[in-house]
Amino acid sequence: MLQTIKNHYDVIVIGGGATGAGTARDCAMRGLKTLLVERKDFTAGATGRNHGLLHSGARYAVTDQESASECISENMILRRISRHCVEETGGLFITLPEDDLSYQAKFVESCQKAGISAEILDPKEAIRMEPSVNPDIIGAVRVPDGAVDPFRLTTANIVDARLHGADIITYNEVVGFVRNQNRIEGVNLRHIKNGTESTYYADVVINACGIWGAHVAELAGVRINMFPAKGALLIFGHRVNSVVINRCRKPADADILVPGDTISLIGTTSSRIPYEDIDKNEVTPEEVDVLLREGSRLAPVLANTRILRAYSGVRPLVAADNDPSGRSISRGIVCLDHAERDGLEGFITITGGKLMTYRLMAEWATDMACRKLGSKAQCLTAKTPLPGSESTAENPKRKHIIELSTEQKAAEGRHGTMSRYIPSHNANDDALVCECEQVSVGEINYAIDNLHVHNLINLRRRTRMGMGTCQGELCACRAAGLLGKAYGCADRTLNDLASFLGERWKGMYPIAWGETLVENQFTSWLYNGVCGINQMVGKKDVTPNKD
Amino acid sequence: MNYQNSNISSNNFEQCIKCTICTVYCPVTAVNPEYPGPKQAGPDGERYRLKKPLFYDEALKYCLNCKRCEVACPSNVKIGDIIQLARLKYSKKRPGLREQILANTDFMGSLATTFAPIVNTTVKLKPVKKIMDWTLKIDSHRTFPQYASQRFTTWFKRHAAKHQAELPNQVTYFHGCYANYNYPQLGKDLVKVLNAVGYGVNLMEKERCCGVAKISNGLVKQASRDAKRNLEEVRRSVAQNREVIATSTTCTFTLRDEYHHILGLDNSDVREQINLATRFLYRLVDEGKIKLAFRDDFKLRVAYHTPCHMEKLGWSIYSTSLMRMIPGLELIMLDSICCGIAGTYGFKRENYKYSQAIGAPLFKQIADLGVSVVACDCETCKWQIEMSTGVKVENPISLLAQALDVERTKALNNIK
Repeated sequence: MLQTIKNHYDVIVIGGGATGAGTARDCAMRGLKTLLVERKDFTAGATGRNHGLLHSGARYAVTDQESASECISENMILRRISRHCVEETGGLFITLPEDDLSYQAKFVESCQKAGISAEILDPKEAIRMEPSVNPDIIGAVRVPDGAVDPFRLTTANIVDARLHGADIITYNEVVGFVRNQNRIEGVNLRHIKNGTESTYYADVVINACGIWGAHVAELAGVRINMFPAKGALLIFGHRVNSVVINRCRKPADADILVPGDTISLIGTTSSRIPYEDIDKNEVTPEEVDVLLREGSRLAPVLANTRILRAYSGVRPLVAADNDPSGRSISRGIVCLDHAERDGLEGFITITGGKLMTYRLMAEWATDMACRKLGSKAQCLTAKTPLPGSESTAENPKRKHIIELSTEQKAAEGRHGTMSRYIPSHNANDDALVCECEQVSVGEINYAIDNLHVHNLINLRRRTRMGMGTCQGELCACRAAGLLGKAYGCADRTLNDLASFLGERWKGMYPIAWGETLVENQFTSWLYNGVCGINQMVGKKDVTPNKD
Repeated sequence: MNYQNSNISSNNFEQCIKCTICTVYCPVTAVNPEYPGPKQAGPDGERYRLKKPLFYDEALKYCLNCKRCEVACPSNVKIGDIIQLARLKYSKKRPGLREQILANTDFMGSLATTFAPIVNTTVKLKPVKKIMDWTLKIDSHRTFPQYASQRFTTWFKRHAAKHQAELPNQVTYFHGCYANYNYPQLGKDLVKVLNAVGYGVNLMEKERCCGVAKISNGLVKQASRDAKRNLEEVRRSVAQNREVIATSTTCTFTLRDEYHHILGLDNSDVREQINLATRFLYRLVDEGKIKLAFRDDFKLRVAYHTPCHMEKLGWSIYSTSLMRMIPGLELIMLDSICCGIAGTYGFKRENYKYSQAIGAPLFKQIADLGVSVVACDCETCKWQIEMSTGVKVENPISLLAQALDVERTKALNNIK
């Protein structure tokens, strides 16, 4: 009985993506006793596998006014509440000679209707603004696009949820529900590594699992008609552009180039895949070809810029309930009260939508949960800055950015005001672990201690360690050393290191040519040839970590 | 359009595979913990500077532009160029009076040669050195190069110019600031050698400083102006079928490579016509076009120091092979490491300590060998080694001139 009380929550949120983290934060801020459960790591799904584009909504203006309005309003909110995750780059919608210039007028009109500022620029002016843009452009429109780092955004939501009393469990998969007649009363979890099972109870369970939500709903005995749409992207080695570049035409393949932190991203493709394949995340040669060909139309320099990685994610597209064929698919937010829809009490599904609208989705789901729980608490997430994005006036001792060392500047960019907790100012803490992305020993230790880090992949998502040009060549072993100290287990560290390198290779494989291939060969010589890592992990072929 | 054929963007730092060999070979990293090293300052830093210029680190000023990182790089990344360009593009520190004084070698030289005896005595005085240290932050331990009372160009006009046209072949000599203002003997030596093998020497109508000191002190506009004038002169000379040769490695390197890489001036049409004197001579000997004869009584034990820019050019073999032709000359190769001065770098107070620490192993090797002369094609290395070891340093051309049997050489080459 005691166990049951301890494991009882007002709300259990399933899913550690942006939506789940945002929902957990919102619930916790409204005073609900909240638990977030995640099968793997935060941002392991579509949250960590997209453009990182801070949509102005312009892309949807012509086809979907509702999404466009949601985007621009969330865009402005995110600029306020998550300053350290957002970069206000601005965006261009360019018209190329093969595009129809008359689309531009319709586009601008639709943008204005949705409340998005859209200013027609002289092509010459656009080229001055973004020198990498295709010089053949015949038209350009400036919109308030930007870049948002989904890893930082989700982590900040998790940190804030925890600060408001939420509990967080990662690496536990929902394997079933506690069901009492027509009411969901809890979830059964299984640890995905060691198989330990546990049960947690709650008055309301919120399914925020993105595309995996269909499967989770099925476990609860309800059916949601979802259509997985895979999108592939390429990461280029450095910042090719400093302004987001879009094509001013009906949305199509590879028509957005986003500058994200130290790199640029081109994407995406869009292809329907069978539901069984949602965990595969493979990028095909055809997708790479399309991305390169179309990407080079946006910025010709991409044709000869080093590619670091290819990756793909799966959009959770939901069919309307009265349309089993999936023809009228919405990219809008879908918030389902299963009590109303299926007669199943205590269960909510929040899905569809976009990274951009995660906060609004969280608000809708939490509003629904509050109604069920009889709480009248108001949503404050649109006004309350996330940890790291608070006003700097609160910390008057903060040094001016120009006085900081390079790794301190980089850490401040990643963690915002939270970077004040990163140990610094001695030779050990300031030593670099990741040289490409300027991650110090202090930052790695801060992440291990505070940001739910269980392995190197978690560490990469929290800090950018291993995301740079060398893809873990120099930093993986250093970070593994620091993690090993925290684990206190050499075998676990070695296996972790080997699978991390395998995971890095997985993203390089589809684009393994030129310097990226040379770099990988060099990494392989270092770890296999010099360090003999394959022998040490038990002569087994190292397979990529499934996470 | 070809996709990913070259995989080289205009920012060729993307070819870096992070092997870190450049940092191992960097003379500064070894002695100065403030300097992030060529990998961090170059390819790694460039990614961050492209993200936001505020990531520029003023510690890049410690780079002495030796280009040894580029020599070491197996992936052909222009690390030194990336660092130089970043300094010019992002540094907030504007060049001050000290930089103007150190960088304007030609202006200062023309002033100083006029009052050479006064200048030479004054800059040796301890109080003067102290004052320069306080006011200009030019280190008081540094010995200033001596100025000549007669410029090379003046000597040339008075004593050599009129005979040059009589010779069958012609070249243009880019003497540089050093041979003109500080050590005209080097220019005279070159004229002696070239004349003996049938080459007449011409000077440019209006030679400007090559500009290397201006580039490294951030005076890029002035450097570009000089460079354009010099390239005009080079083109005029090449049009008259005269190759341009220089006795200074750094002048040669700057005219050939820095003009293009740092100043963005296209010199590809004349680059191959700009040559180092020793390479020019060696090739003529090698092709059988000229013959050299040496004095029997010339005996000398010489250690050769490879200047950094010579290492970058990859041409020390020409200078050493030429010296090895002298029967009485015993040549010992010193390890190819930086002497630490790097032009005006070692004059600055904040760099002096590191400058001497970088050169220390070289100075020890020279002292241990007990040679009476060090040969070297770079003038600033000469100042540094002479100041730090007390051993005399000569340009290989001067040694050649000293050992040359002029009459026999003329006879071998059918010169009257």
